[in-house]
Amino acid sequence: MKHKTFFWFMLPTCIAMVLFIAIPIVSIFVQSLFIEHQKPTIEIEICDPFGCKKEVGVDIEAYAALNEEQPLGRFNGLETYIDRNHLAFKELYEGWSNSKNFREFSSTFFNLPFYKALTFTLTYTLFVTPFVICLGFILALSINALTLKIKGPTIFATILPMIVTPLMGSLVLFWMIDAEGIIGSTIQDLFNDPYLSLKASTTLTWITLITYGIWHHAPFAFIVFYAALQTVPQEPIEAAIIDGADRIQRIRYVVIPHLLPVAVFIALISMMDNIRVFEPILGFSAEASAQSFSWLIYNDLRNIEVMNFGSAAATSILTIIMVGILLTPVLIKTWREFGETR
Amino acid sequence: MKMLSKITLTATLMFLLGQTTYAACGNTSGSINILANDFPALRTYTATAKDCAGAGADFKVNHTSEHSNLAMAALSANPAEYSARIGANSSIVPLMNEGLIRPMDDLVAKHGKGLQKSQLITIDGKVMAVAFMANTQHLYYREDILNELGIPVPKTYEEVVAAAEKMRSSGKLLNPYAAAYKAGWNLGEEFVNMFLGHGGEFFKPGSAKPNINNAKGIATLKMLKKLAGYSNPDFLTHDSEAIKVEWESGKVGLMTLWASRSGTLLDDEGDPGITAATKLAAPATVGGGSIPAATLWWDGFTLATNRSDKDAEDSFKVLVHAATSKKMANDAADQAVWLVEGFTPGPKSVGVLAAAKMGAKPYPMLPHMSLMHGALGTEIVDFLQGKESAQQALADVEAAYIGKAKEKGFL
Amino acid sequence: MATLADIKSRKLLIINTIFIITWLIIAAFPFIWTFLGSFKVREDFFSRSDWWYVISGFNTIIETGGRYTLNAYKEAWIEGEFWYAARNTVIVTFFVVTISLFLGTLGGYALSRSPYRYAFWILITALVFRAMPHITLVSGYLFPFFQLNIWGILPTTIIVLVAINQPFTLWLLYSFFKTVPKELDESGMIDGCSHFQAFRYIIMPVMWPGVITAGLFSLMLAYNDFTVTAMLLSFENHTMVPKLQSYLGTNQHEGNMMWAVASVVSATAPLFMIVMFFQKQIISGLTAGAVKG
Repeated sequence: MKHKTFFWFMLPTCIAMVLFIAIPIVSIFVQSLFIEHQKPTIEIEICDPFGCKKEVGVDIEAYAALNEEQPLGRFNGLETYIDRNHLAFKELYEGWSNSKNFREFSSTFFNLPFYKALTFTLTYTLFVTPFVICLGFILALSINALTLKIKGPTIFATILPMIVTPLMGSLVLFWMIDAEGIIGSTIQDLFNDPYLSLKASTTLTWITLITYGIWHHAPFAFIVFYAALQTVPQEPIEAAIIDGADRIQRIRYVVIPHLLPVAVFIALISMMDNIRVFEPILGFSAEASAQSFSWLIYNDLRNIEVMNFGSAAATSILTIIMVGILLTPVLIKTWREFGETR
Repeated sequence: MKMLSKITLTATLMFLLGQTTYAACGNTSGSINILANDFPALRTYTATAKDCAGAGADFKVNHTSEHSNLAMAALSANPAEYSARIGANSSIVPLMNEGLIRPMDDLVAKHGKGLQKSQLITIDGKVMAVAFMANTQHLYYREDILNELGIPVPKTYEEVVAAAEKMRSSGKLLNPYAAAYKAGWNLGEEFVNMFLGHGGEFFKPGSAKPNINNAKGIATLKMLKKLAGYSNPDFLTHDSEAIKVEWESGKVGLMTLWASRSGTLLDDEGDPGITAATKLAAPATVGGGSIPAATLWWDGFTLATNRSDKDAEDSFKVLVHAATSKKMANDAADQAVWLVEGFTPGPKSVGVLAAAKMGAKPYPMLPHMSLMHGALGTEIVDFLQGKESAQQALADVEAAYIGKAKEKGFL
Repeated sequence: MATLADIKSRKLLIINTIFIITWLIIAAFPFIWTFLGSFKVREDFFSRSDWWYVISGFNTIIETGGRYTLNAYKEAWIEGEFWYAARNTVIVTFFVVTISLFLGTLGGYALSRSPYRYAFWILITALVFRAMPHITLVSGYLFPFFQLNIWGILPTTIIVLVAINQPFTLWLLYSFFKTVPKELDESGMIDGCSHFQAFRYIIMPVMWPGVITAGLFSLMLAYNDFTVTAMLLSFENHTMVPKLQSYLGTNQHEGNMMWAVASVVSATAPLFMIVMFFQKQIISGLTAGAVKG
C-alpha cells in the first residue's frame, strides 16, 4: 500500500487516538513534572451555622498572581516520582540502612503505598493471567467436545461473567459473600467455622479478588480459544490417531502448538486488563487490604474536591512503564514475527 | 417528658436560627444551572428552587454523585458550566482558593430577606455560601436491650465500650457496636470525630504542618481500636449502608451513624420490634472532654465567579427562596435537619440539635483538610488490623499527608 | 484393547460433564440469584438474618402480601427515571459501535496492507495506549472539555469512548484483514477500482464476521463503561451504569438499594439477549481472524 493511501485510511483513527489518548498522555507527563505554587497564607475568620473561628487561609490574590505568572506551577522535575507516595527512594534507603534484618526492611517496604500497590497488582496479575489461560483452555476443550445441541446454551452461559460490567459483577458477588449471604454462610458451614469471614483478613480478601478476576476473565480466554480450536487442521490429528496417540497426547502435541500464538494474544490482553484492576476493589470494598495502581490514582483524584493531579499523573506514567516492562517479551516476539511475515 | 423535650428542641432551634421574615419569589430571566450531589433532600431543595424560577426560566440542575470531582473543572471554565454549586463544609474552601466562587454580600443585602444570620457562611467577613441543612454522626441505641441489661444511655465512648462489653458478656449480642469504619473516607471521618473529641488540633497553629502524632492521636487510635473490637470483624468494609442493614437485622445494640441516614431505620418497613426500640441520642464525648466526638456538617450553596452578574443574581434569588421556605422544610421534615427558619424539628433531629448545643465542632473548613482526611483513611488501616503500632500509623499519616501537601503547595 | 479405550473415554466424558456443570453453576449462579432477588423487598435481598429470605420472601410477604413483587422495577424505571438512562445508553452504544467500526475497519485494513515498519510501530503504540488507566485520561479531559463547553453532552462521550476503544478494535480488525488474501484487492484494483473502492466493494463483503465480532466488543465497552460516562455526562444524559451507581447512595445519604438491584437486572438482560443472538457470529468471527493473533 502506498504511503499516501495508507495515510488517508489511517487518518480518522489516528486523529481520535492522538486527540484523546496521546495528547492526554503527554499532558499528564508534563503535569507530573510540576507541583503547585507555594500557597501564601493569611489568617482568616470563618463563620458558619455553628459559630466563628480563626483559621489559616490562602491569600487568594497573591496566589492568583503567582498562577498568572507561571500557570503550570513550580517545576519539580522527577521529585514527585521519587517522593514517599511513589517510588520512595529516600524512605527505602533509610529503611535499608536502619533495619537490622530483612524482616524489618520488608515491613518498611510494605508500609509504603506504592510498593503495597505494586505487590497486590503483580500478585493479582501473575495469578489471574495463567489461571485464566488454563481455565479458558480447558473450558474450550470440554465444550468443544459437547454435542451440537447443548453447545449453544453452554457457550452462552459460559460467557456471562465476561459481559457484565465489573462494577455490577463485583457488587453482585459482594452481596453474596457477606457472612450472612449465601456464599459466605455456605463457606462457613463447609469449614465449620462460624467466625470465618472473607472480608476481614487480607489473605482471604486477596483470594476473593483473584477468584473474581479469574471468574470474570476466563470467558474471554475461552471464547478466543474456542474459536481457535475450530481452525485446528484435521490432518495432523488424524495422523496422530493412526499413530495410536490418545486424546491427551493429541492435545499435547497437535492442539497446544497450534494454539500457542492465541495464548500469547490472550496473555497480552488479559495482563493489561489485570494490571489496571480497579472496579473489583471498589465493588468488594477491599480498599483496606488490597490496593492497586489504578486505585492509587483514583484515591489521588477523588480526594474530596482537591485533586492531586500531579501525583495521579506520576502513578499513571509508572503504570504505563510497568505494563511496558511486562509486555517487552511479548513485544519482542511480535516484532520478530512481524519481520518474518513481511 | 416527650412533650417537654420537643419544646426544648424547638426552643433550641429557635435560639440557633433566630428570627426573620420571608423573601418574596422573584421573576427570573437569566439562566440558572446548578451542580449538586444526588440525594432526596437536595432534590426537594432544587425542586423548590425551580418552582420559584417559574416555568419559563432556563433552569437546569445536575444531580450527580461525581459532583465534587466535577466542581473544580466546571467552575474554572469561562463562562462557568454552572451558575451555582451546592456543597458542604469540605468543598467551599478549595473552590474559594482558586477564586472560583464569588462573595455574595450585595445579593444578601438585596434579596436575602428571610435568611438568618446563622445560615450565612462568612469567610474573612465575606458571605461565601448560604447553608440550608445540617448533619452529624451521633449515637443510636436499642432501648429494649439497654433496659433489659440495666445500662443507662451512654454519654461517653468509655460508657459505650462498657455497655458493649456488657452486651457481649451477657451473650445477648456477639458484636454489639457498629460504625462506618470502611477504609477510606469513612474511616478518616471516624478519626476526625474522635480526634476532635479528644480536643486535638490537626495542624500546628498558623501553618499546614500536621499535628496528629501525639498523645491525643494515640488515644484516638486506641479508642477506635477498642470500639472496632466490639464490631463485626468485617468492619473495615462497612459503610453507612452496611451498618444500617446490620442494625435492621437486630444484631447491633449501639451504633454511630449519620443523622441523615435515620430514614429507613425509623420507617414502617422491616422488623417493627426493632424499629420501635431504635432510639436516637446525642453524640458521645470521649476522654473526659466536654465537646462531643462528632463533626457538624452543613450543606449550602455557592455562586460561580465566572458567570454573569445577572445569572448569579437569578440563581441567588431562587436558591434563597428555597433556603427560606418554611413550607419545604416542614413538608420534607423527615428528609433533613433544615436550617430554615420556622422548621419544626422532628424526632430525627435529636442528634444534630444536641450536638450543636453541646458545642460540637464543625468539620474544619481548611483547604488542606481533605488531604489529611485522605491520608488518615488509608494509613491507619494497618493499625486497626494489628499490623503496626499507633505511633507508626500516625507517622505514616503525617508522611503521606506531607507528600500530598507539598505537591499542592501548602508546605 | 477397545474396551479399555471405551472405559477411558467414558471416564473422560463423565469428568468432562461434571466439570462443565460445575463451571456453569459458578458462571451463571450469581445472575440467577440476583434475578430472583430482584422480585423481593430490600429486607429480604439484603437480609443479615437468613439468606433463605431471598427465596422464601419472608418480608416480601409481610410488606406486599405476595411472594414476588415488581415494585423495585416499577419504581426504578419510573421514579428513578431509569428509562431515560436506558434511552441514553442506546444512543451512546449505537454511535460508539458504528463510529468505532468505521474508523477501525479503515485503519485495520490499511495496517494489514502496509509493508512498512511504521505500521508495526502504530500497532505497538496502540497497544501501549490500551494500557493507560482510563481514570487518568478522563480526569485530563475535564478541564479542556469545560473550557470548550462540550462537557456533559452525548457526542463528546461517544467520541471519547470511540477513541479509548480504538486500540483494541484496530488490533482485532487488523488480524481479521490479514486473513483476507491480498490478491483479492489487487485483482479488484486491476479491474480499475481505486484502493478505497476495492476496500469498500471487495473486502468489506467478506469481512462481516470479523466486523460483527469487533462490533460486539465495542458494544460491550460502551454499554458497560462507568469511568467515562460517570465523569463526562451531565445528570440528564447519564447512561445506565452511572445511573445505577447513583441509586447506591452516598456516605451521608441513603440510596435505594432495591432500585440498584432491579436496574442491574434490567441493564444486564438486553446485553444477554444481544450476546445470545450474535453468539454464533462472535465465534465464527474470531475463528476467521483473531486466531492468527
